[in-house]
Amino acid sequence: MLYIPGNNPAMLQHGGIYGADSLLLDLEDAVALNQKDAARILVRNMLQTIDFYNSEVCVRINHLDTPFGREDLEEIVPLQPDAIRYPKTESVEDLRKLLAIIEDIENKHNLPHDKMTIHAMIETAMGVQNVFDIASFSSRVDALTIGGQDLMADMNIKNTKEGTGIDLARKMIVMAAKANGIDAIDTVFVDVNDEEGLKKETEYAKNIGFSGKAVINPRQIDIIHEVFTPTNEEIRKAYRIVKEFKRNKEAGIGVFAIEGKMIDAPVVARAEYVLELAGIDYKNV
Amino acid sequence: MQIVKKAQAGSFESSDIMVLVEPSEKPGRYIEIDSSVDIQFGEQIEYAINRKLDELQVIDIHLIAKDKGALNLTICARVETAVKRAAGVQKGFIP
Amino acid sequence: MKNVIGRNIPEYINGIGKVEPFLGAWEKLKKGWMDEITVPPPNKAKLPHQCKSCMDLKTAIEKTNPHDGMTVSFHHHLRSGDNILVMTIDILAQMGIKDITLASSSLNNSHDSLLKYLKDGTITKIWTSGLRGELGKAVSEGVLDVPVTIHSHGGRVRAIHTGKIQIDLAVIAASAADEEGNATGAHGKSAFGSMGYARIDSRYAKQVIIVTDNMVEYPCTPTSIQQHYVDYVVKVDSIGDASKIATGTTRITKSPMDLRIAKLAADVIENSGMFTEGFSFQVGAGGASLAVAKFIREKMKKSGVKGSFLLGGVTSYGVDMLNEGLFRAIFDVQSFDAAVSSSILKNRNHIEISSGYYANPYNCGCMTNKLDIVVLGALEIDTDFNVNVITGADGIIRGASGGHSDTASGANLTVVVCPSFRGRIPIIKKRVHTIVTPGETVDVLVTERGICVNPKKPELEESLIKAGLKIKKIEDLQKEVEGITGVEKPIEFTDKIVGIVEYRDGTIIDVIKQVKNAN
Repeated sequence: MLYIPGNNPAMLQHGGIYGADSLLLDLEDAVALNQKDAARILVRNMLQTIDFYNSEVCVRINHLDTPFGREDLEEIVPLQPDAIRYPKTESVEDLRKLLAIIEDIENKHNLPHDKMTIHAMIETAMGVQNVFDIASFSSRVDALTIGGQDLMADMNIKNTKEGTGIDLARKMIVMAAKANGIDAIDTVFVDVNDEEGLKKETEYAKNIGFSGKAVINPRQIDIIHEVFTPTNEEIRKAYRIVKEFKRNKEAGIGVFAIEGKMIDAPVVARAEYVLELAGIDYKNV
Repeated sequence: MQIVKKAQAGSFESSDIMVLVEPSEKPGRYIEIDSSVDIQFGEQIEYAINRKLDELQVIDIHLIAKDKGALNLTICARVETAVKRAAGVQKGFIP
Repeated sequence: MKNVIGRNIPEYINGIGKVEPFLGAWEKLKKGWMDEITVPPPNKAKLPHQCKSCMDLKTAIEKTNPHDGMTVSFHHHLRSGDNILVMTIDILAQMGIKDITLASSSLNNSHDSLLKYLKDGTITKIWTSGLRGELGKAVSEGVLDVPVTIHSHGGRVRAIHTGKIQIDLAVIAASAADEEGNATGAHGKSAFGSMGYARIDSRYAKQVIIVTDNMVEYPCTPTSIQQHYVDYVVKVDSIGDASKIATGTTRITKSPMDLRIAKLAADVIENSGMFTEGFSFQVGAGGASLAVAKFIREKMKKSGVKGSFLLGGVTSYGVDMLNEGLFRAIFDVQSFDAAVSSSILKNRNHIEISSGYYANPYNCGCMTNKLDIVVLGALEIDTDFNVNVITGADGIIRGASGGHSDTASGANLTVVVCPSFRGRIPIIKKRVHTIVTPGETVDVLVTERGICVNPKKPELEESLIKAGLKIKKIEDLQKEVEGITGVEKPIEFTDKIVGIVEYRDGTIIDVIKQVKNAN
């Protein structure tokens, strides 16, 4: 998920070329306060004209408590990007207010209420505390994201490479997302030149259940894909598990062993997920 | 829209355009364009600016543009921003 | 008359003579020999222990019998740090010599001050592989009556063999030399590495002067230039600006766009069927093409595939790959940074080669013919895969043919990497302004917005698709880009020919016209 500053035409017009799964056209922190209107109009025009190829397109608007949020929605919602990302979501109240305005604009333009989704950004201690309610509030909320920098600022803790201070927040957000069957996206890794560090943090994010990670530089995309994409070895193993499971199931056996390791339903589900990530249709294995 | 004050939008970065607008001294549109791709796209840039001004119903304006290869959509965005700022109709905006 | 790729080429050009239109990349070579007669190199004699040293360059030049209408040659291994070329022409101009034919292996921004000599008739003809800066602009605006001839590195050797370029005086800069004229670029404060382009000049010029800022005790080794071809030796304070001759190491670009293109190109190479044990490889030194080496290096380490040799313009990046054992040898016709010079000196698998060995089509096997994979840049490419590396978007000469067409013709897989548009100007066009490298020698185009395979290579396209790469038709990509940028207004030219682009076999592939409304 690649962040692109909303007032930078050079970066916006090439947003789709990097193979990011998702693009985040940013009207919030990446735009200077006195350029909010310029970015809003530029991003609107980009959405109208530019082909972002296979990348999903989200727009991060400004919070409704700022002078900009409302106007952002007026310009962007009619164009129905794949998602709106809402910063500093702290409560269901925030979402209720947001959705009311979005639906109002959608009604004005005869647009459906179920196409464009909402990504709730959790970046305050209050947001973390309320994260389960936020995740379950509406079917339009289909992803939670953690804003590491803001959260650390809110908690008044130092930014460490290990991210110790926001570890609990990470896990609570993942848990809330999983409990509601939606995605959780990890925060950015700010040191663009530290490829090893990025890899390590991405591996950690994957291991605790995040389904993706945000990046601030296109150079980081390949590393993240590498971590999240199953290796050939993993794919082979998963393929074998799913295949054996089918064979055994037909013979009426639910639990069996491969190379001495027990294979049961959760293991099979995990294997199916690996195949899905690899773009293999596991139902027809 | 009525241009009531000076305003600008855009930047001098590559793929962007800096648009400065102000009330014109005489009635009509006075447009000056300086572009890195003037030979190939000069006429199209002027056309794009004029169409945008038509759409925004701007009749009298002095507009100076310094272009560094901006696409039409960017040119239109910058003109719209500058004009709305100069007309004082911009919403959600801190000057 | 139209040549085989549809370019209008006159049969006769004033000051050049009768020209032969381009027939196809390998048409003339099929015969197995060259029809033109090879002119003999000069035979000279010196007496035992005769002294070659001269007190300064002017004295040496005076001894070579300079005259109106002479041809003076140089190499461009000093790149944009070169002092010697301008110094030489200044001296000739002060002597009142007129009507000089300048035959440098290339010309760049360090030669801008020659402009006055183009205007006053000191220099009236130019042979070069590249032309930039003020000179390129002035030539494009028609400062010379006789068109400039743009040749490839291999083509220059051929042109000297056939006597099209008859060098009266070669002034060869070296970073180290001895009193007899054995010379090298491999060491000294102005070290620049290989002297590949200068060797043919030393063999064929009627008079040869070695200029160095570093006289060493006899003998100077390695003998990149050998004493038995050298007439005079001159010591000067400085052959050039060392900081512009060779920077420490060449860095891989950080531009996300170039890296993206390079990554795609590396994926293409990996899945082309050519990325196999013992493959040979060449990349340009520019942004995206050098970055391809970074990704290929990673892929080689991961897969364990080892290559045979690296070729061409060599950067420290290539040297690293040699030292890591990823390739067995480097054949180096031109070096790009300081680290390369020391490698040439120390590593016997880093081999300095002449431009004839590198790329001359008329011999029994130049290195480019042995090349498996080459990655090249482009100023423009068209839907027939023809590539322009000489004229810019405004029609003005600002590039170099270099080894582009030589390597494209020789390699099994020629990959062109470039952005699809640059500052609103489409790079991919229906028709390029000037053809340097014919489309039949280009196999794949890689841009940030898509990969296009030459329809002449359907098997290649198939294996890339099988590997999951998305392939676009080049016509579709061209239209897509035009949709983003808008349709550009064509550049206007007059009928005056200001340059001819010679293909490596000596035929004329294209002509460059004078730009209209030059400002």
